[in-house]
Amino acid sequence: MNAIRYETPRSVAEAVRLMAADSGARVLAGGTDLLVQFRTGVRQPSAFVDVKRIPELMSIVIDDQGLRLGAAASAAVIAEHRELRRLWPGLAESVRLIGSMQIQGRGSVGGNLCNASPAADTTCALIVNRALCLIAGPNGERTVPVDSFCVGPGRTVLEPGELLVAVRVPRPAARTADAYLRLIPRTEMDIAVAGAGVSVTLDAAGVCTAARVAIGAVAPTAVRVPEAEQALIGSPLDEGALKRAAAAASSAARPIDDKRGTATYRRTVAGVLTRRAAAIAAARARQGNGHE
Amino acid sequence: MSKLHIETTVNREPAEFLCDPHETLLSALRNGLGLTGTKEGCATGDCGACSVLLDGRLVPACLVLAPEAHGRTITTIEGLSRGDALHPLQQKFLEHAALQCGICTPGFLVAAKALLDANPNPSEAETRFWLAGNLCRCTGYDKIIRAVLDAASDMKGSAV
Amino acid sequence: MTAPREFTYVGTRPIRHDGVDKVTGRASYGADMTWPGMLHGFVLRSPHAHARIVSIDTSAAEAMPGVQAVITGRDLPETTAKIALGEAAIDLRDIGDNVIARTKVLYHGHAVAAVAATTLDIARRAAETIAVVYDVLEPVMSIDRAIAADAPILHPAMRTKGAAAGAGEPSNVASRMELKRGDLDAGFADADLVVEREFRTPMVHQGYIEPHACIARCGEDGRAVVWCTTQGPFVVRDACAAITGLDPAHVKVIPSEIGGGFGGKIVVYLEPLALALSRKAQRPVKMVMGRDDVFRATGPTSGSKIRVKLGAKRDGTFVAASASLWYEAGAYSGSPAGAGAMCALAPYRIANFFIEAYDVVVNKPKVAAYRAPGSPIAAFAIESVVDEIARELKIDPIELRFKNASEEGDRAPYGPKYGPIGLKAVLDAARNHPHWRAPLGANHGRGIAVGFWFNAGMNSSATVTVNADGSAAVVTGNPDIGGTRAAQAIMVAEELGIPVDRVRSNVGDTDGSGYTDVTGGSRVCYATGMAVIRAAEDAREQLRARAATIWNVSKDAVEWTDGRAIPPPATEKASAMTVAELAAKMTHTGGPIVGRASLYAPMAGPAFGAHICDLDVDRETGCSRVVRYTVFQDVGRAVHPSYVEGQMQGGAAQGIGWALNEGYVYSADGVMENAGFLDYRMPVASDLPMIDTVIVEVANPLHPYGVRGVGEVPIAPPLAAVANAMRDATGIRFTELPLSPPRVLEAIEAATAIPVQV
Repeated sequence: MNAIRYETPRSVAEAVRLMAADSGARVLAGGTDLLVQFRTGVRQPSAFVDVKRIPELMSIVIDDQGLRLGAAASAAVIAEHRELRRLWPGLAESVRLIGSMQIQGRGSVGGNLCNASPAADTTCALIVNRALCLIAGPNGERTVPVDSFCVGPGRTVLEPGELLVAVRVPRPAARTADAYLRLIPRTEMDIAVAGAGVSVTLDAAGVCTAARVAIGAVAPTAVRVPEAEQALIGSPLDEGALKRAAAAASSAARPIDDKRGTATYRRTVAGVLTRRAAAIAAARARQGNGHE
Repeated sequence: MSKLHIETTVNREPAEFLCDPHETLLSALRNGLGLTGTKEGCATGDCGACSVLLDGRLVPACLVLAPEAHGRTITTIEGLSRGDALHPLQQKFLEHAALQCGICTPGFLVAAKALLDANPNPSEAETRFWLAGNLCRCTGYDKIIRAVLDAASDMKGSAV
Repeated sequence: MTAPREFTYVGTRPIRHDGVDKVTGRASYGADMTWPGMLHGFVLRSPHAHARIVSIDTSAAEAMPGVQAVITGRDLPETTAKIALGEAAIDLRDIGDNVIARTKVLYHGHAVAAVAATTLDIARRAAETIAVVYDVLEPVMSIDRAIAADAPILHPAMRTKGAAAGAGEPSNVASRMELKRGDLDAGFADADLVVEREFRTPMVHQGYIEPHACIARCGEDGRAVVWCTTQGPFVVRDACAAITGLDPAHVKVIPSEIGGGFGGKIVVYLEPLALALSRKAQRPVKMVMGRDDVFRATGPTSGSKIRVKLGAKRDGTFVAASASLWYEAGAYSGSPAGAGAMCALAPYRIANFFIEAYDVVVNKPKVAAYRAPGSPIAAFAIESVVDEIARELKIDPIELRFKNASEEGDRAPYGPKYGPIGLKAVLDAARNHPHWRAPLGANHGRGIAVGFWFNAGMNSSATVTVNADGSAAVVTGNPDIGGTRAAQAIMVAEELGIPVDRVRSNVGDTDGSGYTDVTGGSRVCYATGMAVIRAAEDAREQLRARAATIWNVSKDAVEWTDGRAIPPPATEKASAMTVAELAAKMTHTGGPIVGRASLYAPMAGPAFGAHICDLDVDRETGCSRVVRYTVFQDVGRAVHPSYVEGQMQGGAAQGIGWALNEGYVYSADGVMENAGFLDYRMPVASDLPMIDTVIVEVANPLHPYGVRGVGEVPIAPPLAAVANAMRDATGIRFTELPLSPPRVLEAIEAATAIPVQV
């Protein structure tokens, strides 16, 4: 048996070299999914490539363009970032929902995305915030919208040798705000049975001019719901519009029965959460949310 | 299979151990360093019994690889008291009878210390949500929460 | 009968003596021990829920470098011994077969082989090379399937003991028992209202945070030592000896600190395997269970099906009750169906009843005791129906229970007459409590339920040693899971008249303490406490005798008050002597002072509790939260009130989890799908409010201080208290647990989908 290796690359280039040279190597960020899979025998990596000593993967930078979030920055560090919370409250909420405080000390947005669980808490919030995935690989760098990053349960668009370096989120326009809600049976510690993220933009008269809606845990990947978005756009985000968006979200859900919930239940709740998340996003957008 | 030699700081003292690359920090602490105060309840990060502070950050030691400790600082339950002086949290746990079998207690104390480091004046709700990652099956959490809130109140006056 | 007494230490709240070790991480639990030269053991478990073992080839494992021993069921002798276990006797052949399968595997996770090697990694890899050939059989995964006429049979030799008629056929029903009184038909004919319902509850686990762990060492001479986390070191000794063929006189068991048990650690799982491996390898073997194995392969409690029919007069008097209880035993017989039957009607005076209980085997792990085994399930059913009756008759739920409540002198459903009991006192406390009157928020519902447990007595031993400085040490054989060492120290302090912090309280191993039945049955503070008190009295009598020797008077003439021996009046050169003063002279007055006692305590004080639960229900998602909870319980006498409160709160929390979110989920082929804390959902800190407690004390005349068992009663009421609160909040009677959000939402939608079209 070959011994499992532990590697600590100091640069993106070094990490790419390691990943490209060994198809069995896995990126180790927080390890909160990977190490559980390793322990239960689901994954048998030939090497753990610990990327947490690479500055570009750990840094959080907010500039005129928006947010550049290192893929391996921990949820705890993200949650403490005031400016990030102010500008993207829904995204921050979704990050703070990943597991316990202990898990937050380790788990990362990059890990959450790359694990590609249909129930991942950050994916919906990233989608509605128009996030982009920055990928580095043997053939150079590329950018993929987060909407298309996950292609199925446990599967992403990453090619052999590639790793997710960072996520870019554009600055929200004026009177734009987001929200993310998920449904779990307890108050903490559960995988989402359903999740919904909404971002809305209002004009000066309070009419919705742009909207993004994404639902999670109700399909093989998180999905945008254009019909729900259309229900919101052009409306003052009144109860009627929210209800129509909710109905559209329920219809778009393609859930399964599993030990965490029935398909029927998930479909219903996807709608309820969409309506509630839209209401919160609307209230935040009306308040101005502290930015220009 | 050759082991890695890891140099780290545990509870303010230099420490070193040999470990397999895929070994967990929890195993290295318990078996490599003989620090058995940190417990394994589930090995999947769901119970909090293995809580430690890694560079001051609350983490589940069962989901940290042992080699990650290299060059870092770790605080375990054994590092909470100083000399023969119990930390106020430990004292309050005793006064409030916040433990029965005690297996979850080290994890709770480390997590509660992290809470009070980050938020010296938490509400009951904030305390409950922060400690949601620590399972207790004996107490129903009531006396644990009271002990933490009481310790917070005690500690606000003095720097700890 | 003991007259009421003024206590100095009983009822106070000293810091527990083992507390500092536990808050500093020094306390040593099952997995915290290492012995020189120890190997690591790993268990190979069945991937099938039901199969015949055709062959096992361990040769590849045995040849692997680092492997020191491999065992299968063939390495252990067949045994038909019986030993006392908890409150019942059990057949060790089943326990032995459960520890490691011989001819059949009866649940997914059933142990089939074990390996000891120099590292755990090697042991695991070696186990993976063991080739087992199975003849896979159809698994039986539910009560309904098990009792169906065409069900596969788990044990071909099993016939239903106590069957009504025609019990010659192989069956999955291990036994049937019934309790009856009066004339059921006449009773129901007399009723103005009859409510009949069927209930179902899932298999649930005790959920102790510490997995099973042990180290065993067996020498060339057959002498063995076992270090393990257990509620019953003497059970471990006797069961391990019988299962491995060792002489129990040569087996010493040292109990570690225990990280939770609740009944699940009064059986053996790893210990006989570790011993057998150690015997082969001639080195100590350490074995620790992983969390998924704890769920799959230890002893959860039964899932159930219960039918209840209750009849009442218009004024609320209960006139007749019948119940049929089917409890899952898991792979081998031994569910608590009988205990459930005995508890079901314990709170109520009913002249006519008929209860039958079935013990049903299924291809799931063999069930073990879980805190008042059988009672919570029965209480869920009965208390839900009582709630229905209260609603139908428009009688206040507490008043209805009060009207029918059992009292001293009534004959319990299980036979004996009740002595003084506290059910009415508990109900009275509940109806006078602010919680019962507090206004309810929108989407909130309130439920109340009562529960009962017999509480055990059984064997206990204790020694109390007086040290030369007047301090004392007490040793018993009961592992401390709830704070009993603190209570024992209080008792010794009370009897000797010395400060509590001058008493050391210890748990001995099986060589160092007299025979003691398990820590369980809520019996330690009662029965072992009784032994401790008697041992302390014995020591005190010896101190009196020493004073008599010193003063040259007869022992009868020496008074004892407040920790001092008082000389008879006008005795020359004599003044009162403290324990310390007497102890300082013990070498010259007769030698060491060691008090001892061993006894079989009479069946303890039966006890009742009542819980009030306020539930917040989100009608759009089916999610619910307990927002207020109060536990009322008769404890007889609270020796250390903080730890009594702790038992009440802990039992309530387990019951709340059982009601709301816990339950084993099985695939069609019998594999547990939620064998981890992620998807086996126990309450977390943010799920619960503060749990208020009201201690009621109706003294138990059998105990010197009036103590009743306290630990088990509090898990009996919550299932129905929560379900009754759900009924109040939603208008819907749920008869199946858990009240998970999908189940609740589906019922809410169905209830509101009955359209009133306009």
